[in-house]
Amino acid sequence: MRATLTDNIPAPGQNPLRRYVRPGILPTIFCTGCGGGTVLNCFCKAVDELGYDPHEMVMVTGIGCSSWIPSPYFLADTLHTTHGRAIAFATGVRVMSPKMKVVVIAGDGDISGIGGNHLIHAARRNVDLTVLMVNNSIYGMTGGQVAPTTPPGVRTTTTPHGNVETQFDVASLVSAAGASYVARWTTWHVLDLVRSFKEALEHTGFSFVEVIGQCTTSYGKAVGKRNAADFLADYKDRSVRLSKAKKMSEEELEDKIVVGRLKKREAPEFCQRLYQQVEQVSSAALAEEGK
Amino acid sequence: MSVREQYLSRYAGRTEFVMGDEAAALGAVFSGCSFFGGYPITPASEIAEVMARELPKVGGFYVQFEDEIASISGIIGAAWSGARSMTATSGPGFSLMQEAVGYAVMTETPCVVVDVQRSGPSTGQATKPAQGDIMQARWGTHGDHEIIAVCPWSVQECFDLVRDSFALSEKYRTPVIVLMDGAVGHIREPLTFPHYTDADIATRPRAKEGDLVFGGTKVPPMAQIGDRLNVHITGSTHKPNGMRDVSTKEVHEELVLRLNDKITSAREELTRLDVRQMDGARVAVVSLGATARPALGAVEKARDAGHPAGFIRLVNIWPFPGPAITELLADVDLVLVPEMNLGQLSRELERFTRCPVHCLSKIGGVVHTVEEIHTALMEQIS
Repeated sequence: MRATLTDNIPAPGQNPLRRYVRPGILPTIFCTGCGGGTVLNCFCKAVDELGYDPHEMVMVTGIGCSSWIPSPYFLADTLHTTHGRAIAFATGVRVMSPKMKVVVIAGDGDISGIGGNHLIHAARRNVDLTVLMVNNSIYGMTGGQVAPTTPPGVRTTTTPHGNVETQFDVASLVSAAGASYVARWTTWHVLDLVRSFKEALEHTGFSFVEVIGQCTTSYGKAVGKRNAADFLADYKDRSVRLSKAKKMSEEELEDKIVVGRLKKREAPEFCQRLYQQVEQVSSAALAEEGK
Repeated sequence: MSVREQYLSRYAGRTEFVMGDEAAALGAVFSGCSFFGGYPITPASEIAEVMARELPKVGGFYVQFEDEIASISGIIGAAWSGARSMTATSGPGFSLMQEAVGYAVMTETPCVVVDVQRSGPSTGQATKPAQGDIMQARWGTHGDHEIIAVCPWSVQECFDLVRDSFALSEKYRTPVIVLMDGAVGHIREPLTFPHYTDADIATRPRAKEGDLVFGGTKVPPMAQIGDRLNVHITGSTHKPNGMRDVSTKEVHEELVLRLNDKITSAREELTRLDVRQMDGARVAVVSLGATARPALGAVEKARDAGHPAGFIRLVNIWPFPGPAITELLADVDLVLVPEMNLGQLSRELERFTRCPVHCLSKIGGVVHTVEEIHTALMEQIS
């Protein structure tokens, strides 16, 4: 299955970013109008603009539709793991692969539901991972059950009388836990997504981008939206840039999607500190032997 | 000489008085373990503590994760990045790890999982030993699978079997369970360190361009992250090239049968029994782990008095050494199985014996005494 950027050349007229896609794998299994394709496209664009060699990247994913964005479509080493645990697997990969760019792409249920513990602890450690969480507000692959990201009142297959819970603000959660780069955009904001993915990839430390993306099948059914255009128009209407949001009241921000780069700070990175410590301890042990 | 070899040379040939948990950890350091995922739990915490202290001295990495699920997930990720990796836990943590054990089986990831068994179910007697995870080690993860599990009975064997487990995990590309128990984990005995060099680290057959990483041969060569082979690793049913195919009966059948076959076809090689006094034995005491210690005492006492008692200890419990057991017990009238559970070993033994199997259970966190086993043995002999 070896293919390199030089021999995986798209045919004339094809999207030039197809060279980042595993050969012979298209079309994707995504439903018509799914946001997953947009995320894949924007991610390939970001990698292309950064000039990264995908052979120096490893994609780690969990279970759910969004985990299929890189697995199998993105042409790189790929670890498709168990439900919710992608970040934990990725931490082991990252420690042992200091030269690789480790990227997690997975959904909101995977990352913030079953995998919520790993998310906050990786953020706390500020381990050098890029986590792109595609938030479609529902468990899509399993047929539209309520998720920790489903807004109150929404009728899903497991909240047939309406959701009595409140949804997570995952970007704020991760920020509070210690992540050093946090952004939120929607699939309407494709240029911002590309820029944000680039920033996240270039950032040293735990970088997190929440991508609000449409699930036309399961969430569309739950909220009465029939196609991608319905969702994108809604994202466009409800999105408020961070700079503007700062001047708005809580009431005014009700039901709005605050987008933008929510946090960027320099902070000590986990692996760097671990490598330094191991270097010091092993040198000291060696000196001790020499006596 | 590498940092590791320098470290090993300090210990080579020395004998120290250490705890079983410490021996297991040192066995891992000696065997080239370069990544340990830890999470505290009695009676296994000492393994994590020793790894945290010693592993950095040889350039390895200790990461304490947020829970046991993360620990085993982390070591699997590390293994795919080239590490010899290990985690250690006890019953409750081992339960949490079961899904990932299945993932390691399905993705053919070499790694070592130590379970220092304690009294359960649930929190049970947290500080007390038991042997209640024999079946959890065998069948804890869902789906049809085979597993390799070993059972040390002494401090020296904690060290030796961890070393062997690393080698087996690489050879068969599969997770290996080290099934200790709280008694063996916390006992203190002399441990003699071997003479090791980097050449003693178990090697891993590596895939070259064009090789199938998930099929084609019984144990395919492994591609590592960063090998520029675009390896696709998944716990979903996959074709020999690693790509998912979850709907074709034949693909699933071929994969799962091969994963099972690579272990069962090695049953003979994986059979390790400690057999003593079996010549002319009419009653055999079969045991493992801490229980085998008083069992041996009871058998020796019976033999000293001229009674035809024999001793068999299972060093490797899974895959079960059924054919070898059947042969050894061919002329025996009765089998006595002291075990610190309600019959997990004896029930498995019954499948491979023609004579009655009598289980001498003991639960409550206390190891059998020589006297208890000897009394039961004499009752059966008379």
